[in-house]
Amino acid sequence: MNLTAENLSAIRGEQTIFSNVSFSLKSGDLLLVTGTNGSGKSTLLRVIAGLLHTFSGKIELSGDDQPIQHQCHYLGHQNVLKPTMSVEENLDFWRKYCGSPDDEIEIALEKVGLAGVQDIPAGYLSAGQKRRIAIARLLVTKRTLWLVDEPTAALDAKSEKMFADILQTHLEKGGIAIAATHQPLGIKTAQKLDMDAHQADFPLEKGEFL
Amino acid sequence: MMALFLRELKLSASVGGGILTGVLFFLAIVAVMPFAIGPDLKLLARIGPAVLWTGALLASLLGLDRLFQQEREDGSLDILLMQDIPPALLVFIKALAHWIANGLPLVLAVPVFGLILNMSPIGIGASMLTLAVGTPAITFIGAVGAAVTVSLPRGGLLLSILILPLTVPILIFGVTAIYGAVEDPAPFLPPFLILCALTLFFSVLGSLAAGWVLKQSTD
Repeated sequence: MNLTAENLSAIRGEQTIFSNVSFSLKSGDLLLVTGTNGSGKSTLLRVIAGLLHTFSGKIELSGDDQPIQHQCHYLGHQNVLKPTMSVEENLDFWRKYCGSPDDEIEIALEKVGLAGVQDIPAGYLSAGQKRRIAIARLLVTKRTLWLVDEPTAALDAKSEKMFADILQTHLEKGGIAIAATHQPLGIKTAQKLDMDAHQADFPLEKGEFL
Repeated sequence: MMALFLRELKLSASVGGGILTGVLFFLAIVAVMPFAIGPDLKLLARIGPAVLWTGALLASLLGLDRLFQQEREDGSLDILLMQDIPPALLVFIKALAHWIANGLPLVLAVPVFGLILNMSPIGIGASMLTLAVGTPAITFIGAVGAAVTVSLPRGGLLLSILILPLTVPILIFGVTAIYGAVEDPAPFLPPFLILCALTLFFSVLGSLAAGWVLKQSTD
């Protein structure tokens, strides 16, 4: 399975966020998207996830007839948890709604180091724990392509290592992942994409106070 | 599909879900009306259907702004829309669950509220029937408004202004049908059937329109 992107450019409002981004990934590849704040890392992930419509260029996931959107997991800045529902209810909903179930909820929670919290309302958990539940959501349904945006935000060093292991396992199973992050994630084979090198050719002129 | 439906009901019933907000607002409108009208029981019975329908209409608008906004705030909307499920179906299920949690209690409260307004048993029965058939249409029209205002903080007022003109036909046919049931020369069935048609029509059009708008809103 290959993911190819050619000459991607994205526009938000009247501003070009990035232009001419190309890359090619095959099964087992990880692409680390780096760059300064506002360089378009999150925007790139949203374009690939099909959530941003104002872009040009071509994205193709070969090897399957389904659209990319149906084959990817998107982990954005938010954790996609309902605070009044228990951890199990939250994960169980996504497992049933997204289809193609993978790990059982208990196993997924064990993998993120949170065994035994399934009956606690998600709102009671700490920021780091919520993030780990959000990572567990990636494990309960099967998707080839993982798009993760600052996945280790709010995580401690031990949990960062835990996420790196989960990602490594996903890649070893033949998955593809794109991570927008400032952390190296500890995966040596990762390809790198620096968004600072793809800034718009014509940045907006800065306003001036007279 | 079933998972989404059950989750919506569960969220409505949980703390902050606002399942009783609509009924309490409905009660407030109906309860103050006899005080405003004065001790004229005939007049009260005469305007009862109109008061019930107006109250139910306004109460139905209350929770609508949170229909998609909450999903957007916690990031769920992106994930919901990314799956292999048509956005129109997603809207339909969410609107249906929203109606069961917020619209159905209004219908069930009518027998009590009808007594406050000195309505006849036939009038109360007709009110329940027309509200049960008519209020889903308000929810489906409201879903379009909720989708349009999904990214606006405090979009509730704008939503009400946007959809209120569209709900006027439902109000007119709903009240006409009740008068048809309680007053002899006026017919019940034609306005009631038009009400049914409006609900069926908006359940399709509203879902499609709101689904399309939501799909565009992920930018």
